[in-house]
Amino acid sequence: MAKPLTRADGPQSVPALLHRNASEFANAPAYREKEYGIWQSWTWSQTRDEVEALALGFLELGLNEGDFVAVIGRNRPTLYWAMMAAQMAGAVPVPLYQDANAEEMAYVMGHCGARFAVVGDQEQVDKIIEVQAQLPDFERMIYLDPRGLRKYDHSKLDQYSAVQEMGRANREKHIAELEARQAKLNYDSTGVMLYTSGTTGKPKGVVLSNRNVIETAKSSSEFDNLRRTDEILAYLPMAWVGDFIFSVGQALWTGFCTNCPESAETMHVDLREIGPTYYFAPPRVFETQLTSVMIRMEDASRFKKWLFDTFMAHARKVGPAILDGKKVSFMDRAKYALGELMIYGPLKNTLGFSRVRVGYTAGEAIGPEIFDFYRSLGINLKQLYGQTEATVFITAQPDGEVRSDTVGVTCPGVELKIADNGEVFYRSPGVFVEYYKNPESTADTKDAEGWVATGDAGFIEEGSGHLRIIDRAKDVGQMADGRLFAPKYVENKLKFFPNILETVVFGNQRTECTAFINIDLTAVGNWAERNNIGYASYQELARHPQVMDTIQSHVEEVNRSVAEDEMLSGCQVHRFVVLHKELDADDGELTRTRKVRRKIIEEKYADIIAALYDGSKQVSTETEVTYEDGRKGSIKATLEIRDAAVQPTSHKMAAE
Amino acid sequence: MSVAQASGGQPGTMERDSVKDQADSYVTDDGRTIGPTVMEMKNITLRFGGVEAIKDISFDIREGEIRAIIGPNGAGKSSMLNVISGFYVPQEGEVWYKGARRPPMKPFQVAQQGIARTFQNIALFEGMSVLDNVMTGRLTQMKSGLLAQSLWKGKAEREEIENREIAEKVIDFLEIQAIRKTPVARLPYGLKKRVELARALAAEPTILLLDEPMAGMNVEEKEDMSRFILDVNDEFGTTIALIEHDMGVVMDLSDRVVVMDYGRKIGDGSPHDVRNNQEVIDAYLGVAHE
Repeated sequence: MAKPLTRADGPQSVPALLHRNASEFANAPAYREKEYGIWQSWTWSQTRDEVEALALGFLELGLNEGDFVAVIGRNRPTLYWAMMAAQMAGAVPVPLYQDANAEEMAYVMGHCGARFAVVGDQEQVDKIIEVQAQLPDFERMIYLDPRGLRKYDHSKLDQYSAVQEMGRANREKHIAELEARQAKLNYDSTGVMLYTSGTTGKPKGVVLSNRNVIETAKSSSEFDNLRRTDEILAYLPMAWVGDFIFSVGQALWTGFCTNCPESAETMHVDLREIGPTYYFAPPRVFETQLTSVMIRMEDASRFKKWLFDTFMAHARKVGPAILDGKKVSFMDRAKYALGELMIYGPLKNTLGFSRVRVGYTAGEAIGPEIFDFYRSLGINLKQLYGQTEATVFITAQPDGEVRSDTVGVTCPGVELKIADNGEVFYRSPGVFVEYYKNPESTADTKDAEGWVATGDAGFIEEGSGHLRIIDRAKDVGQMADGRLFAPKYVENKLKFFPNILETVVFGNQRTECTAFINIDLTAVGNWAERNNIGYASYQELARHPQVMDTIQSHVEEVNRSVAEDEMLSGCQVHRFVVLHKELDADDGELTRTRKVRRKIIEEKYADIIAALYDGSKQVSTETEVTYEDGRKGSIKATLEIRDAAVQPTSHKMAAE
Repeated sequence: MSVAQASGGQPGTMERDSVKDQADSYVTDDGRTIGPTVMEMKNITLRFGGVEAIKDISFDIREGEIRAIIGPNGAGKSSMLNVISGFYVPQEGEVWYKGARRPPMKPFQVAQQGIARTFQNIALFEGMSVLDNVMTGRLTQMKSGLLAQSLWKGKAEREEIENREIAEKVIDFLEIQAIRKTPVARLPYGLKKRVELARALAAEPTILLLDEPMAGMNVEEKEDMSRFILDVNDEFGTTIALIEHDMGVVMDLSDRVVVMDYGRKIGDGSPHDVRNNQEVIDAYLGVAHE
């Protein structure tokens, strides 16, 4: 880390990095996308030309410096280029969640006053047209896929390729202006604005400067020795800060290739075809993959099943040690090598992880069994801890120091401190500039010295220096008798069971804890199929007595494990209910990044919560649901409430 | 038009009720251009032994329109479709296609003329992948000989690449990329229907015949299928003749409707006209036949 943080000689903006790559790695692949069954690729110099053409087109359409350009759609090279083109033209790209409903889009686009939007297809065009009346600043929309849009009024609507054509045709007219605008960009100019998912209240616009983006990309690339030959698969929402840093920041800094899947459904096939060397996924993805592997092994022949079980047991024993470069006996190594040939290698190939050199998971706690499963296969899966306000990286696990219960040591250039109430604070070159148009929130989160509150409670482990996160600071509360209440801690333990998809634990200021549980339709559905249990709907399966029994046994197992922790033993779940519908972002119950919105759930299901605490055996309820296309309906159900066995606890905390 | 509207929630609101019969071509309320007559059935009568499946029926299909054939069970709808596709040769009457009388011909010859179809009870190659099934839709267009194809040289190779490109575009259009390599036998019913549509589309037809495209589907699948039918018509300008039972779907999708009952034509016109036709109402509500 001898280099100074601000380098006057180096590229100081995202477009500058693009120009550097276009001349230095001109013919190396920069972006790939599978279309019509074939991987189409663009080199860095082609990428630069495409981006420049679009930027010139933006100028022709009258985009001004400082304007906001909303970018909405699935991961496609063209949309990444749109973000870069906006920057070239001196504007600020604002990627939005593509599955956001029209209302959410209206809020974000209205808040930043976006004048232009670059969108994927008709679905997004329709959503924006629906809310256009609420957006006085909004002017033009540019779309990628012309399907279904031919008859739309094109006075304010252009096809992406047409805008590029327009740019190419008017190159002479605008190129000087475009270059002048790029020359003005420096470390302090805004690189991108990303909206937080908004666990509580409205989303906030996090302004990240070029310094944030480039410094973070640089230090994190160095931390993991990312190379120009690396490959990543871009499949996580473009509006999420991680995707921006991986697919734009780090990709531009190191010059590796970003691959975009053909569609969301083909992601797993595409993953296999690309075989990324650098891979990121939230725990949920790893969990789903593991569940599907296990389900398929259940159907395998007995010999294959035996082979799988034997070698996986061996892998669990020595795999992580071999990965960490620790001492392992020759016999164990030989057996592991045999396993690699017979099981691990083919399995990794099927999962698309054959070439993964650096893999990360973050966003939620990952179950130790899941984490160890992948590590034992020899996949270098690690955890990191970060947030939008830090331009992702706060802490990460270095190679050889990987554990499932910590989130690692501070990333290069990051300082950490723990406040008296346990809240984690950090300071780094990645710290965001401000919340757009929201100085109060900015001041609440970031102090004058640049320390940022994460909102998470945690502690730094003695000896190793690793950070451990307990829960959201806001969610940590007290039970009626004064014992500590950390819902996330219990929820994570419950969610580690493949049968449980989502759960919400209640208990703040109450005498005992209770829980809502969502079953995982894939895992439970498969179990039902193998046991000849018929069901017609999610709702019917969820209230099946045998399913309830299984969930009850899971809850009781978690209670036993929670009871072992003296500090948190009060959080055992006394009563629970299996919900009749999946918690859903469309209903506002989860954020778009699938985090639980406690307050909304508490209000919406007040009747069920009341029943959890009044001792009743069942509760009838009616819930409003929103379908993907915005229509509303309602579900009526009678839910059974179960009591779970709890472990006796000493009331030490209360007595003190 | 949104999917919701096409689903038949309130059939009354979106009916296409302005048919200008005399004009050579006209523009519909939703902006599509309907051209002159592309196919005409003149006094068709089809008999199976003593049974008259179709009795003296005449109607026309215009270029670019969505033409529905409806009627109660056993009305002769599928027989009518089979006459159009050349599978049945009517004992009486004439089929006029693109301004010329069509002589009796084999179904593959009809297919070569640009008429593709799907079947009521899916007729796909179950053991083959989706892609291979879609590629078979290109068979009638292939010109290279057996020898050239086995040697995979010159024209055969070029042709295969062209055909694959068309097949891939159809796969992309119908959003079945994820099952491209999946054997058809492993697919659920709704997807099989979509694959069949893909195979028919791969032939780049002038007229697309759909035999109960929504039969046995749930509401969501019906919405998707309606969307695809409208998109096909809109994007490629394909003329579509379809048989369907779901009244909501028919009323929302089609420009004009032929109603059959016991082999006779009892109504023909815009969905609005047909809905208010007393004979049609009787046929559907069940009035005693003499």
